[in-house]
Amino acid sequence: MNVIVDAGKCCGAGQCVLLAPDVFDQNEDDGIVVLLDATPPEALRAAVREAAEVCPAAAITVEERP
Amino acid sequence: MTDTLSAAGGETAGVPEFPMPRAARCPFDPPPGLRSLQEEGPLARVRLWDGSTPWVVTRYAEQRALMADPRVSADITRPGYPAQAPMPKGSFASFILMDDPEHHRLRRMVQAPFTVKRVEEMRPAVQRIVDDLIDAVLAGPKPVDLVEAFALPVPSLVICELLGVPYDDHDFFQDNSKTVIRRDAAPEERAAAGARLNAYLDDLVGRKLAEPADDLLSRLTGRIEAGELSRAEAAQMGVLLLIAGHETTANMIALGTLALLRHPDQLALLRESDDPKLVAGAVEELLRYLNITHSGRRRVALEDIEISGQVIRAGEGMIMANDIANRDPEVFPGPDDLDLRRDAPRHVAFGFGVHQCLGQPLARMELQVVYSTLYRRIPTLSLATDLDRVPFKHDGQVYGVYELPVTW
Repeated sequence: MNVIVDAGKCCGAGQCVLLAPDVFDQNEDDGIVVLLDATPPEALRAAVREAAEVCPAAAITVEERP
Repeated sequence: MTDTLSAAGGETAGVPEFPMPRAARCPFDPPPGLRSLQEEGPLARVRLWDGSTPWVVTRYAEQRALMADPRVSADITRPGYPAQAPMPKGSFASFILMDDPEHHRLRRMVQAPFTVKRVEEMRPAVQRIVDDLIDAVLAGPKPVDLVEAFALPVPSLVICELLGVPYDDHDFFQDNSKTVIRRDAAPEERAAAGARLNAYLDDLVGRKLAEPADDLLSRLTGRIEAGELSRAEAAQMGVLLLIAGHETTANMIALGTLALLRHPDQLALLRESDDPKLVAGAVEELLRYLNITHSGRRRVALEDIEISGQVIRAGEGMIMANDIANRDPEVFPGPDDLDLRRDAPRHVAFGFGVHQCLGQPLARMELQVVYSTLYRRIPTLSLATDLDRVPFKHDGQVYGVYELPVTW
């Protein structure tokens, strides 16, 4: 899995941090997404997919790789 | 295949009025009229106070798609925007009624205290506030109005601390906030209340400019000094956050408590568990079930948008009725049941798209602390009046109860 975030789209709602705090964080000045781990381990992938699904600004892209 | 419903000239006779009334005996459920429209299809025409006939979007999938669509605008100044009420003259909009890039620029300036981490750091302080208020309730007479004694003070104290607003002024800002968001307040009355709040916040911003403290208004004065923000914009953002910060959460606390008292088996789950996961899930379910933002999110199409066999024309208004989307049976089986252990997809109580509630981490945390504390500390809490006599905010842009007499 490869995770891409688009900080320009992010509105800082923070749902990704709630769901997958080891993968996503927020910039402390403006709440914009900070990607901590672009290739998260298996155990976190379901949460990352959910984070992409619920992101209100469609700022998270998940590329699945075999 | 597409099919455009015409709402032009005089063809609006069969178009239902919006907002719609709730059923008298079902104060927690969305209006039955919205349910009927949802059963017929994802979009329908409704008629507003000014005779306009925007679309109401009733189903979850279409709502999410449209709220995230860049061809959909939240700009209240655009023709076709379905306004909640007449716009008072000279009123000016906050960033929740603007589009990007302006919305993004302003929103980022106030986001810092609402990040998940910063909010988590506030949890012990919020727990203390909740515990102290419950101590005071238990030491006082009964019955007591839970709104006045608990539901309003909790989020008011929190947002005052965060913004840097003196809590001693709470009567002033709570009264004026109530008027600003009352559906049936006269436009002049609403404008006057808004102007009073604005003048108050402007004065506070002035004081923070002279003497900055460790709070959000002081942060904004830094932006003013850097030339990135006008003082008027800072005051306007202060008004928005002050209103949104206490009215919404207060309604969730009081209405949520009433809903739980009417569902004792669900209340027992919260009273008997200290599992943070159960509490977090309960907050999400109560947000879904109660959806206090019952006026819907208002939008206008910038271009023709084809969706689910309909065409929304450029310039046509849309109302995202989040309350009925959160009861969409396609997404939430048994949607009218309050089920705190429901493992459901995300509700749209906070909206969706780039305007999704910026205070949601704070709202969640406050509600988690409240719901996990109040019923454990007052296990015999009960309603001190008949449900029929509880004054519901049918006339509010935000739903809730004006008073909640409780005893124990």
